[in-house]
Parts: sequence; structure tokens; C-alpha cells
Amino acid sequence: MRDQDISHNLQQQVIDAATSKRALHIVGGNNKSFYGRNISGGVLNVAEHRGILNHEPTELVITARAGTPLQAIEDQLSKHHQILGFEPPHFGNTATLGGTIACNFSGPRRAAAGSARDFMLGCKIINGKGEMLSFGGEVMKNVAGFDVSRLMCGALGTLGVLLEISVRVLPRPELELTLSQEMDAAHALAKLHALGRQALPISASVFDGLNLHIRLSGSAAAVNAAKAAIGGEQMQYDAVFWQQLREQQLPFFKHSQTLWRISVASNTPPLNLPGSWLYEWDGAQRWLFSDAPADVIRNVAALHGGHAVCFRAQHKPDQVFHPLESGMLKLQQKIKHAFDPAGIFNPGMMYTEI
Amino acid sequence: MSIERNQLIQSLLQILPEKSVLHTPEDMHPYECDGLSAYRKLPLVVVLPTTVEQVQDILRLCHSLEVPVVARGAGTGLSGGALPNEQGVLLGLGKFKQILEINAEQRTARVQPGVRNLAISQAVDSLGLYYAPDPSSQIACTIGGNVAENSGGVHCLKYGLTVHNIQQVKIVTMEGDLLTLGNSGLDSAGYDLLALFTGSEGLLGVIVEVTVKLLPKPERAQVVLAAFDDVVKAGAAVGNIIAAGIIPAGLEMMDKLAIKAAEDFVHAGYPVDAAAILLCELDGTNAEVSEYILRVRDILNQSGATEVRTAKDEQERMIFWKGRKSAFPAVGRISPDYYCMDGTIPRKQLPRVLETMDKWSKEYNLPVANVFHAGDGNLHPLILYDANKPGELERTEEFGGRILELCVEVGGTITGEHGVGMEKINQMCVQFQPAELEQFHAVKHAFDERGLLNPGKAVPTLHRCAEFGAMHVHHGKLSHPELERF
Ligand SMILES: Cc1cc2nc3c(=O)[nH]c(=O)nc-3n(C[C@H](O)[C@H](O)[C@H](O)COP(=O)(O)OP(=O)(O)OC[C@H]3O[C@@H](n4cnc5c(N)ncnc54)[C@H](O)[C@@H]3O)c2cc1C
Repeated sequence: MRDQDISHNLQQQVIDAATSKRALHIVGGNNKSFYGRNISGGVLNVAEHRGILNHEPTELVITARAGTPLQAIEDQLSKHHQILGFEPPHFGNTATLGGTIACNFSGPRRAAAGSARDFMLGCKIINGKGEMLSFGGEVMKNVAGFDVSRLMCGALGTLGVLLEISVRVLPRPELELTLSQEMDAAHALAKLHALGRQALPISASVFDGLNLHIRLSGSAAAVNAAKAAIGGEQMQYDAVFWQQLREQQLPFFKHSQTLWRISVASNTPPLNLPGSWLYEWDGAQRWLFSDAPADVIRNVAALHGGHAVCFRAQHKPDQVFHPLESGMLKLQQKIKHAFDPAGIFNPGMMYTEI
Repeated sequence: MSIERNQLIQSLLQILPEKSVLHTPEDMHPYECDGLSAYRKLPLVVVLPTTVEQVQDILRLCHSLEVPVVARGAGTGLSGGALPNEQGVLLGLGKFKQILEINAEQRTARVQPGVRNLAISQAVDSLGLYYAPDPSSQIACTIGGNVAENSGGVHCLKYGLTVHNIQQVKIVTMEGDLLTLGNSGLDSAGYDLLALFTGSEGLLGVIVEVTVKLLPKPERAQVVLAAFDDVVKAGAAVGNIIAAGIIPAGLEMMDKLAIKAAEDFVHAGYPVDAAAILLCELDGTNAEVSEYILRVRDILNQSGATEVRTAKDEQERMIFWKGRKSAFPAVGRISPDYYCMDGTIPRKQLPRVLETMDKWSKEYNLPVANVFHAGDGNLHPLILYDANKPGELERTEEFGGRILELCVEVGGTITGEHGVGMEKINQMCVQFQPAELEQFHAVKHAFDERGLLNPGKAVPTLHRCAEFGAMHVHHGKLSHPELERF
């Protein structure tokens, strides 16, 4: 597929849908359809709106059309020894930048470097009135107007069609290596929290039920010094390991039960819920395969200051995302209305009311 | 005193003790302006609540009476964000000074909004932790003000802005409802209202509690000072450091006038003959810092530095930074008044922007001292003027306005960290199209239907833009030609 600008075509489709109050299902690479509530609606295909518009290595920023394959972005950055700091999962070959931002998907480096939202600098969108709007920009610091760009991250397209996206990028770390140690969950968490209080170049961690794996990234000097301080066995082929973790291709993820993503305070002790667990982000993101009822899982997550998402399931519960309390839901509905008054963008994908 | 004002004060006295309600001009005087002292107004009344319930009651009352409310932290803001509304209540959060909880394991601190930025780092110092965003005003400014402005500092190139360093905020809406944005994890359900709220300049709600993320103090920090005989070479050196894959903890630039002022003020040992200096801080493990210092020194030399100096000890490092952090007050000493701008530009545009500013400086006969968060392209030109000379403030504002418009023209923004407030409201019409401004108004409406929180700030009405456009015709183009003129 070639680079092209189909924004006016997309805009016309949005205007038509808004006029006739028809729902639109915004689709990029169509590889994340497992995520969110199932919806219907005329497909608005953004994948053809693609192409890298600007990459300024010394300004640490890249701008691309939303339909640009994530792979193309990463290839371009790689030429200049740069990376997307949030290390997004692709979940298939067709992943687009827009879809990744709309889901706010972030990978192993998230706890150390930040999420997709943290790297977001600016965007161009079509709102529900069919207006093309730009927010933020290509500079690191920009506080003119409300931060609409970051609001788009994780909004699942329900507030607008992402057309162009600018994100901050990072230099590729000089050296990365992974250390593994056998222990149980409680010790793994305790170890991560003790290490977290020292300034160490830890860029990712995962506890897979048997082993705690810690990835170090940075200058050779820093990584080697930290390696001695942390201890454990150095993993072979660790780049593949982290990629498989990110893409949910490790043996842990081969499971038929419902997969929950539980986001809680990192120092939450191992939770008393049945199923198999994998811990990331120093304990702040936990994957759980379980048949336990949704509300049981959600109550436990909420008790620890967090929330639970039904990430993948054969039979999704009606509420895929953590229900909002009434005051918050009301406010979020008003935000939705502010961007999409006719309620045409991915209605119901996040919540029935949104 | 009008009857309505009297009634308002009487109603407020039902919520607050007498000492927390200030209404005489003398008592209200300290609240008439923020750090942008060229703009001054007295509110109807100043209230200084001490509990969240009081804040809720005050907002409910003002909501029912349709009285505007302006929140205020320490009043160090530089864009008139906390400038009182003459028809409204000024809500001071200065009494909310408690650090509520420090969680060393999770590396967070839960604090009240009136806690000073630096007080957080001081409180967790013994745990080996700190709060990274460090605006130069950090001894005075409050965390509530920092969240409202999405403040930065000299270390945000590596550690991010306020938005990257907070986890949860509790707000009271104009209707008096208490809401929690964010949670104890790294993300929360629904829309990311924490991100949307950060930097909203007191227009969407009143912050009553903030949970900040803390970082472990690096093993070592070291700073290199480089002198240049040409500002453009110094700018290029910044790009060269980044291109080498190094993200310094801080990367700051000052030009001749700023160097001179800072040196006279704090005696940091700056090379006063230089056209520009760069301060480049590296932090991390001991070995890493040593390695990077050598690499950065090489890059600086290759970029044409006339002198490269590494701080010889911690004391010298601190004094190098003190010079930079006190650049504003230092400039305040050499000129009766100064006007601080805050545009951000793509760094490669630096030569063009500096040259143009230099030309305009001569045209307006107003000197400019430049202090620059060079790593992230955030410029702080300080225009020196004398408010007592008739017409000089107006000329300064016009010059400043042109600088901001230039920033937009080269692909940047009118404000990197100080906010729009009252000051840059007209330039918002240059940076944004009418439909974008309308989208901002729609967001504001979602939080504050009656438009009572900090009205008239941050986002201009389209009418205001039309008026502004009528006065300023730029490059022969009328902005917003679609709007009716008055
Ligand atoms: C010498 C000097 C140096 C500075 N250096 C920097 C710098 O390096 N980086 C930087 O980013 N800024 C800098 N500033 C600007 C200023 O210090 C920051 O904007 C700071 O965050 C303001 O905090 P404050 O408590 O003084 O807020 P105020 O000035 O009182 O208020 C600022 C805005 O926030 C709103 N607000 C305040 N508290 C609340 C609340 N609780 N709830 C809702 N809204 C609220 C106000 O309505 C207003 O719009 C500097 C200022 C000075 C004077």
C-alpha cells in the first residue's frame, strides 16, 4: 500500500454519518478487534490514510498519518537508532499507529519510560461534527489549550477519528540485558520495590510464576554496574523473550480461560483470586487467566486502588471495562458529547453509555 | 458595598470562620495579582478555606449565585492565571499545606494542593527519593498550581512535565462534587481525564489533593558548562548532544545579557564575555556519568565551544544551577521591569527566531535577555522595560505578542509551561482555528456548564479573537475573516 492522504474522504464520511446519525465503526489494522465491547456500525477504514510525515531525529519526534503501520514507524526510527519509548505491542502484522494510540497500548517499558499517552505530543482529528482539528504539536512542551491529544489516548476512537499523530521518541539504549532469578510472587514484588528505590537502569520486569526477569537498559557502564548489584542469571536471546511477552506469545498466554488485565498499585500483595498470574510493570499490571466472575475480580482490583479489564475472552461479559461510578460516568458522557454530539463514533465500544 | 456583594460575604461567613473571609481592600491587596504583576484587579472577596468540605460548600454557593471563582495557589504564575475576577471570589488554597501520606514502597506522596513543590522533595529526601519537576519557582509555587499549569522545570527533558509525574488528583467541580481522576495504578478506567485536567489553568475544577510519583535520587549528577562565541553554535551543540543518543537531565542555555545579569547576582563564575553558555547536566550511576561527561565534553568542543568546564564539586554544581535558576530575579535587578515570554519552537528554528528577535529588539528599542530550556525548545525571552515610561508596557506587549506569533509560525507554540492565562489569550487566536477554540469551549462546558471557573482565561471567545484580529492584521491577512467585525 502506498502513502496517501484520504482525510477529506474520511471527513465526508463522518459528515454524512453525523447528518444521518449513523454509527461508524472506526477500523485501522483490524487486528485489535478482540479488545473492547462488540459493536456494529458502518466501517470507517483509516488504514489507507498512511505515511510518515516528519521524522526529526535531533528533535526526538515523529509524525505520521494514523493508518501508518506501526512496523513502518519502528523501521524508520530504527534507522536512526531510535525507538518508541512505550514499546507498544502489535498484536499482529497490520497494527497501525492510530489503533495503538486509540487503545493506549504500552509494553514492558511502560513502568520505566511511560505509556503511549506519556509520549503523545499532538494530533489532528475529525470530531463528531466532521471538523478537522489540530491539538498539541511537535514540540516537547506545549500547554496552549486543553490537552486533547492525551485525552485521545485510550479513548478507543469514541471521541474522534485520529488523522495524524506526533509522538516523542527515544534513543535506542546502548545496551540491554536481562537477569533471571527463581523466586515466588511475594519475594519478586518485594525485590522489585526494594530495587525501585535505587536509581538503577531497570527498563522492564516480569514475574512469570517461577522466575523474576529484570531487563536493564542504558549505557554499558550503568547496565554493567547494575548487573552486579542485582544478581541472577543472564538470559540468552532476551530480545525475543520481551517481544513474545509484549505480543502475548509466551506459553503463559496459551490458555482458553478469560484473560484479565488488572491494573493496581504496584505494591499490592499477590491477590487472592483463582487462576494463573503474570506480573509486569513492577507489579502494577497483572495478567490473570481465570473463570472467576467479573464482579469478583473487579471488586478485588478496586480494593487495591485499581481497575480490571476483560482483555480477551471467548464470551465477553457485558462490561468489558471497569464500570465507572455515577458521577464520573456522567462527566465522561458529557466529554463524549462535547466531541461527538451525535454519538456516531464507535458507540458502545467502551461503555454502553459512551 | 453593593447588596449582592454583602449577601455573598454573609453567605460565605456561614461556611467559613471570619478570619478566612477577606473583604477589605487592604486585606485583599496581596491577592490582586500573580507573578505577572502588570495585571492587577481586586476580587469581590478572598476566601481561604482549610477543608475540602468548605471548598465544596463555597463552590456550591457560587454555583447557585452564579458568581465566578478563581483558584489561587502561591500566585507565582506568570500568565495572569490567578488574576482575580472583579465580579468573583478568589479561592486561595494556600492553607492546604499538609503532606497526607508518603508511600516509600510505591514511591508516591499524597499531598494537599497548597504544599510547595520543593517541600515534597524535602519531605522524602531522607528516603532517597525526590519529586522530579522543578520549576525555578519551586521554593514558592504549590503543587496545585503546578498541576493547573502542567509546569516544567530544568529537568523535564529527561523526567517529563507535571503530567508525567502525577498519579491521581482529587478535584471539586463547580457544582461542588468531589471527583477522583486517576487511581493508585498506572492507568484508570474510561477517558484519561487526569491528562486532560493537567494544565487546564483552573478552568475545569479546583484541585484539592494530588498524588505525585517520586523517583530515587540518582547516584550522581554532574554539570558541564560550555561557553560559545555565537548563540547559533550553542544551539547546534544541543542538537549534536541529542543526536549522539544522550538525553541529559537538564540542558539550558543563556545569552550574553542573561549571563551578565546572573553573574552579577549570584557570582556563579560564568564566563561573562561569552555570547551564550550551555549548562548540561548528566545524572545516573557514577560510572555512567563519568563516561557521558567525557562524551558531552567532546561534542561541545567539536561544536565550537570556546571553553568547557565540568563543575569541580557539588558546591560548584549547585552554584552553576543557582545562576540559571535565579536568572529571572537577576534580570529584575538590571531593569525596572521585565516581561517573560514562554514560547516553544522546534530547536532547528533557533537561529531564525533569535535573529528575528534581535532585529525586533532594535526596532522597539527594548533589550531582550534570553533564558532557554534548550533541550526541549522552550524559550524564555525576557523583555526589559520600564512601566513608568508612558507607552513602554504597551510596546513591550506588542513585541512579546509578535515573538509568540513567530513561535507559532515556525511550528511551535505560544506557551511551553507558563500557561495562557490572561496574558496570551489573544495569541490563542493565532495558534488555534475557531473550530478548535470551540472544541475547547465544549470541553470547558462539560466540566463547568455555567462557565464560572476562571472565566475569560486560557481560551478566548471567538468574539474576542475577531476583535483582536481587527486590531492586529498580520502579514496582510485578517485572522478569522469568517467572523463578523464589530
Ligand atoms: C521566578 C519564577 C520562575 C518560574 N519558573 C518556572 C519554571 O521553571 N517552570 C514553570 O513551569 N513555571 C515557572 N514559573 C511559573 C509558576 O511558578 C508556575 O506556573 C507554578 O506552577 C504556579 O504555581 P502557583 O502555586 O504559584 O499557582 P498560581 O500562580 O497561584 O496559579 C496558577 C494557575 O493555577 C490555578 N490554580 C492554582 N491552584 C489551583 C488549584 N488548587 N486548583 C485549580 N486551579 C489552581 C490558578 O487559577 C491559575 O490559573 C516561574 C515563576 C516565577 C515567578
